[in-house]
Amino acid sequence: MKIIEKFKKTFFTENPVTGLLLGLCPTLAVTSSAKNGIGMGLATAFVLTGSNLVISMLKNIIPNKVRIPAFIVVIATFVTIVDMSLQATMFELHKTLGLFIPLIVVNCIILGRAEAFASKNNVWDSFIDGIANGLGFTFALFILGSIREILGSGSVLGFRFWPEEYRTILVFVLAPGAFLTLGFMLVGMNKISKLLQGGK
Amino acid sequence: MAQYALLIIGAIFVNNVVFTKFLGICPYMGVSKKLDTAIGMGMAVTFVLTMAGAITYIIQYYILVPIKIEYLQTIVFILVIASLVQFVEIVMKKVAPALYKALGIFLPLITTNCAILGIAILSVQSKFDFIMTVVFSFASAVGFGVALILFAGIREALETRDVPKVFVGSPIAMIIAGILAMAFMGFSGMVK
Repeated sequence: MKIIEKFKKTFFTENPVTGLLLGLCPTLAVTSSAKNGIGMGLATAFVLTGSNLVISMLKNIIPNKVRIPAFIVVIATFVTIVDMSLQATMFELHKTLGLFIPLIVVNCIILGRAEAFASKNNVWDSFIDGIANGLGFTFALFILGSIREILGSGSVLGFRFWPEEYRTILVFVLAPGAFLTLGFMLVGMNKISKLLQGGK
Repeated sequence: MAQYALLIIGAIFVNNVVFTKFLGICPYMGVSKKLDTAIGMGMAVTFVLTMAGAITYIIQYYILVPIKIEYLQTIVFILVIASLVQFVEIVMKKVAPALYKALGIFLPLITTNCAILGIAILSVQSKFDFIMTVVFSFASAVGFGVALILFAGIREALETRDVPKVFVGSPIAMIIAGILAMAFMGFSGMVK
């Protein structure tokens, strides 16, 4: 029951992207298609879960004064793992995400969860927290990527929305479309979270 | 000389860090509410980014490549940047207290600015030589400053405007950033 509540929170009311405005760089940069959004989201979710797990195990060993550098080393290790395994198994995706895979290190969601949650809670709770936040992030990226792909190139995940001869709004897959879509999405998500909380 | 000029114009306008590379969006959204803080942040980023560019170049080509541990690039670079920020903070406090006071809390915040790590990795990927790395880092940071200061000016003016209630705060900021990005698209094609 507690877990369902947690997921509801990280997907809507306290979603890392739309609720807390964290991790905006990868959010805007890789969502020109839904597929890239999911790829980036899952890579981040893996790093987040792994680093939460390790940091909660080590929380009593790490001295308080050097905790931030210690967290960053743990996170950077997981990022290197993701970087190399993606390059070996999914070369195309690795090429499109490019620079933003090493940049998962400086994604503020991960350091934020390490500092605010994993360094204070037990291993199991931190593990769930990592998965919930990672999937919440993936969810936001998937929605943003889908909207941009439908408007900008007319299909999503290979499924066409309107015939090919129709003109699409190209600006949505380019840089300005990322900002515009996220702006409107924030309005929509705020409305949904208010409804979920029972307000008007 | 011409290649440096092209590199500078390219990094400031055509391939602006914020609007086309999507780097450093968090501080871009976070500290752009007031013009003063935006200028402070722009200065701090310029300083640290230029130094980080030079130092990561030296580390990449004189340490990582000779002993063949390029795969540790991410871990090494982020640690170097974090300690560089700390170091700059300590030195500046002693040597230039006035500047230190002006930059204030923006210095520690820079560690989490992904533009620093991003530009360092990009310079290595583009195989720039030392001078080009420094010029590119500096110009990118100036581009970040230009974007930040423009945006802060607009946001200050926006405070007195009548914005629809659901758009107040971050949604309208995003949409303004989108329109600014569209304006910057006008530069595309000027440099390759």
